[in-house]
Amino acid sequence: MRTIHTDEIVKNIKEMCIQANYYLSPDMESAIKSAKEQENSALGKQILGQLCENMNIAKEDQIPICQDTGMAIVFLKVGQDVHFEGQNITDAINEGVRQGYQEGYLRKSVVNDPLLRVNTKDNTPAIIHYEIIPGENVEITVAPKGFGSENMSRVFMLKPADGAEGVKKSVIQAVKDAGPNACPPMVVGVGIGGDFEKSAIMAKTALTRDVDKESPLPHIAQMEKELLSELNQLGIGPAGLGGKTTVLKVNIETFATHIAGLPMAVNICCHVNRHVKRTL
Amino acid sequence: MEKHITAPMTKETAVTLSAGDYVYISGTIYTARDAAHKRMFETLKEGEQLPIDLENNIIYYLGPTPAREGKVIGSAGPTTSSRMDKYAPTLLDMGQAGMIGKGKRSEEVIKSMVKNQAVYFAAVGGAGALLSKCIKKAEVIAYEDLGTEAIRKLEVENLPVIVVIDSKGQNLYETAIDEYLKTL
Ligand code: SF4
Repeated sequence: MRTIHTDEIVKNIKEMCIQANYYLSPDMESAIKSAKEQENSALGKQILGQLCENMNIAKEDQIPICQDTGMAIVFLKVGQDVHFEGQNITDAINEGVRQGYQEGYLRKSVVNDPLLRVNTKDNTPAIIHYEIIPGENVEITVAPKGFGSENMSRVFMLKPADGAEGVKKSVIQAVKDAGPNACPPMVVGVGIGGDFEKSAIMAKTALTRDVDKESPLPHIAQMEKELLSELNQLGIGPAGLGGKTTVLKVNIETFATHIAGLPMAVNICCHVNRHVKRTL
Repeated sequence: MEKHITAPMTKETAVTLSAGDYVYISGTIYTARDAAHKRMFETLKEGEQLPIDLENNIIYYLGPTPAREGKVIGSAGPTTSSRMDKYAPTLLDMGQAGMIGKGKRSEEVIKSMVKNQAVYFAAVGGAGALLSKCIKKAEVIAYEDLGTEAIRKLEVENLPVIVVIDSKGQNLYETAIDEYLKTL
């Protein structure tokens, strides 16, 4: 049994919200840089150049990469031998978000009720996914998500007979529909299997996997590669103004499913694909 | 083509801009996004006056991050324009000359743009740190309670944007992809 004080959680969540919004992770940074080298549309290259310059300014000036500093998505994997001391863990996470968005000069983009729409002024509540894992560590992922791209995400309830082809067609459709609205180049998170909500959560989790890592399953890694190459033949390009770089990476997660179904979800993310991980 | 224009923008200038032009804007523009548009729309419905005069003005669909001490503004890139589609034709009819955002527009907006000789510019989405450097002054002038969604008056210098839909209704989002694919 290991005891962790929730003040540790508050402090880490706070720092991670700020870090995610000022610095893209090294995998994302190098994906954007190498896309710039390879882009063969002149305007596309210029736009990718602006994105590289933008990352540098964000670092130097300690200013968010994008003004949509997102809704705070937090994945918390808690070792089953951990005991939390202090406050309620959900309150601790929200306190971390509150402090991070305040002290980091991040935008407060959350409204209290989807229909009444009054800004909560501190970017809380966060969306929290808890998971119990073996051991006595706590693994935290903070992934602030912008809504320009979130709004273009989809769930598809396919039939088993649709198979891999059906999955690929749906991903391509979602990316085509997203077009310039999702600030391409995009990162595409896909969840296949499970049920309705499991597929969507897997699609979000897929976005937190580094873009230089492929799926450990050979047939899925193959599908990631095929989709990437097909999506980059659409010609949408940087900012949707034509070019080779429409998608930087496709990450797919899978899970067992029912004999009668093939649920899948596509979570679209822009080039500001933020994910910071820490283990306590 | 690369062009420099000043804002507010007259109709005479608006009609010289074509889809695909790379434009640097200097002068005075205003910010407004979802909540400010909704409130302006309701204000008009009630027959009341808007807090800004729209004539010849350019509205930037922007909700910035807070400014650090001593800075003018925080990160300041465009938001998705289609959410303003419901309100844009009414504002264009009142003389608004231009919009800066990102992403597609509806048929109604494009029709209204042609009728009113207005221009839709895209700024590069997700380049908010870079774009903030072009903003020299920022002041909340209405709807302060809306926080980031308040209406701000901005003084900008060489703000880089691309004409996506021009006053004739030519749409770069429709043509650019085909043009690119033809070059392969
Ligand atoms: S979609 Fe991404 S890059 Fe575009 S405005 Fe939203 S967070 Fe920023």
